Amino acid sequence: MSYEDWFRQDRLPHIYCAGCGNGTIINCTLAAVDSMGWTKEETVFVSGIGCSSRAPGYILTDSLHTTHGRALAFATGVKMANPDLHVVVFTGDGDLAAIGGNHFIHACRRNIDLTVVCMNNQIYGMTGGQGSPTTPKGCLSSTTPYGCAEIPFDLCQLATAAGANYVARWTSYHVKELEKAVKVGLETPGFSFIEALVQCPTAFGRRNKFRLVADHVEYLKVHSLLRAKRDRMLENGEHIPEDMFVVGELTRRNRPAMGVKP
Amino acid sequence: MTRTEFWQGNTACAEGALAAGCNFFGGYPITPSTEVAEFMAAKLPKKGGVFIQMEDEIASMASIIGASWAGSRAMTATSGPGFSLMMENIGFAAMTETPCVVVNVQRGGPSTGQPTMSAQGDMMQVRFGSHGDYAIIALCPASVQEMYELTAKAFNLADKYRVPVFLMADETVGHMREKIIIPDTVERVSRKPFVPGTPPFRATDPDLVPGFPQFGTGQHVHVTGLTHDERGYPAATNPGLHMALVKRLVDKIENARYEMADYDIINPGAEQVFVAYGGPVRTVQQVLHDRPNNDVGFLRIRTVWPFPEKALAEFRNARRFLVPEMNLGQIAREIERHVKVPVKSIPKLGGELHTPAELVEALEAKQ
Repeated sequence: MSYEDWFRQDRLPHIYCAGCGNGTIINCTLAAVDSMGWTKEETVFVSGIGCSSRAPGYILTDSLHTTHGRALAFATGVKMANPDLHVVVFTGDGDLAAIGGNHFIHACRRNIDLTVVCMNNQIYGMTGGQGSPTTPKGCLSSTTPYGCAEIPFDLCQLATAAGANYVARWTSYHVKELEKAVKVGLETPGFSFIEALVQCPTAFGRRNKFRLVADHVEYLKVHSLLRAKRDRMLENGEHIPEDMFVVGELTRRNRPAMGVKP
Repeated sequence: MTRTEFWQGNTACAEGALAAGCNFFGGYPITPSTEVAEFMAAKLPKKGGVFIQMEDEIASMASIIGASWAGSRAMTATSGPGFSLMMENIGFAAMTETPCVVVNVQRGGPSTGQPTMSAQGDMMQVRFGSHGDYAIIALCPASVQEMYELTAKAFNLADKYRVPVFLMADETVGHMREKIIIPDTVERVSRKPFVPGTPPFRATDPDLVPGFPQFGTGQHVHVTGLTHDERGYPAATNPGLHMALVKRLVDKIENARYEMADYDIINPGAEQVFVAYGGPVRTVQQVLHDRPNNDVGFLRIRTVWPFPEKALAEFRNARRFLVPEMNLGQIAREIERHVKVPVKSIPKLGGELHTPAELVEALEAKQ
C-alpha cells in the first residue's frame, strides 16, 4: 500500500485552501502509518475541531471527529477500551493548546499510548484568522489587530514537561524528517507528540507579509534550528535569536505508559 | 438464587451497572455521586474492565463516548456542576447516536449550591441542556432496589436506541441504605447489528435506529458531530438533510415513549392525584399508606423522559394533579401541557424531602 490508499476517495475534493500546509502533514502521517504495516481495520483517527481536525474525515478507517479541544479525551476512551487499536490524533494549535490544554497535559501525564500530530498554523484558520496560544508575539490576526501581545506556548516543552514519551517538532518544509518522526512516534509506546508548523496563507500569511505560500514555507525553513545545532550554540554560549524555533527529536524516553497493546 | 443485601443507593447503582456488563467507567469525583466511581475503581479492574479517572467531567463524558465506539458498555457518574460540564459532549453523543449511561445523583443548585443535599433541579437540564434539538431517555429511581434495576435497564435502553441514557437519581436515593434483593440475572439487550457495506447512519427499520458499526470491525465509519448524511459524511449546509437528521434523532426516542414507558398507576378512580418520581415518591407512598381508604391517586414515574403523558389520562376522574418535586416545578410544567385540570406544583428546595404532613396539607388545601 501507499499513503494514497488510506484516503476516502469519495470525500474529495477536500476543504483545505490552496497553499494550505495541512495536506503535507496528512500525507507524511499516512506514509508513516502505512510503513508500520497496520491495517485500516485496526487503526483509528481521532480529532477535535478546526482545519487540522477535518483530516480524519478524509481517511478510510474508523474515525472520530469530536468536539473542540476534546480529541485526546475521546481518544483516551477508545484506546483504553480497546488497546489493540492504533489511535492517531490530528489536532491544531487552538484545539490542543487553548480549549484542549487541560486534556493535553493530562494525556501527556498519563503517557497514554497515542500518537498526536499537531498542525500548528499559529492561527485559528477555520473561523477566519483569530490569534491562538501559539501566535508569535507581534503577529497580526483578526483579534490581535495591533500585534499579538501575549507570549506563545512552546507545545513541545509543554509535552515534555507533562510527561510524553516522545516529542518532536518539524515543519511542512521538512517532509522526510516529519515522516520519520511520526513513524518513531507510532513505534514508541506511550504518548508521542509531533508538532508540525504549517503555513496558512489564507488566515496567517496574508496578514503577516507572506505574499506567497513559498515565502512562508521559506520562513519556516530558515527559522528552524536543528536541535544539535541549538545544543552546540548553548554550549558555546552563543545567543539564539528569539524568532528561531528548535526542530528535531526533542524527547525520547521510556516512562511507564497506559493503554499499550498487550 | 436471589440474595438479599443492605446497600447504599450508589453502591446498588454501581452493582447494577456491573450486572449489566458495564466494562468502562470514566469519571471525576463529585459529591454526592463519588461512591459510584469509588466502587467502580475497586471492582472494574478485577473484572477485566477499565476504570479511568479523567481530568474533568468534559473529559469523562468524552472518554465514555470513545469507549462506547470501541465496543464497551460505558458509563460515568456525576452531580450538578459536573453535569453542566458534560452538556457539550452529551450533545455529541446524541448527534452521533452513541450508547452510553450517565448517572446524575442530583444535589442542590444552581452553581456549587448544596453539595451534600438532595435536589431534583436538573430535570429540565437533562432534557434540554445541550444546544440544539435532540432527545434522550431519563430514568428516576426511588429506592435502592431501583438504583440497581434502572441502572441495568439504562444500558439496555442506551444500546437499543443508540442514545445517552440518564439515571437521574437524587442525593436522598443515592445515599439511603435499605434492603435490596439481587436477582439471579439481569436482562441484556444488544446493540442492533450493523449490516456491512450499508451506509452507517441509514435507519431503514421502523424504529429509526441504525445498526452499530463498532470501531475495529472493518466498517471504516466516520463519526462526526457535524450534521452528516447517511454515510456519516459532513453535510452541514444542507437544510433538508439537517431537518431530516434531527427529526429522526428526536423521533426515534419520542415515538418509542410508550414502548419504554415505566410507571405505576395507583387508585386510578381518584379525584386528587399525586405525580412523583425519585425521592418524593417515598413521601407520597407514606401519605397513601396513612390513608387506607384509597381516595388519593398516584402516578409514580420511572421514565421521566420521554414523558409518558398517556399515563395521566388513566386517571379518568382526576380533578387535580399534585406534583411534589425537589425543584420549583420542572416536571409540573410538563404535566400542565398534557392535562386540562389544574396542576398544583409542590416545590421544595433546601435539600430535604417533603414531609408527609406537607403533602397532606397540599392535598387538603382548596387551591
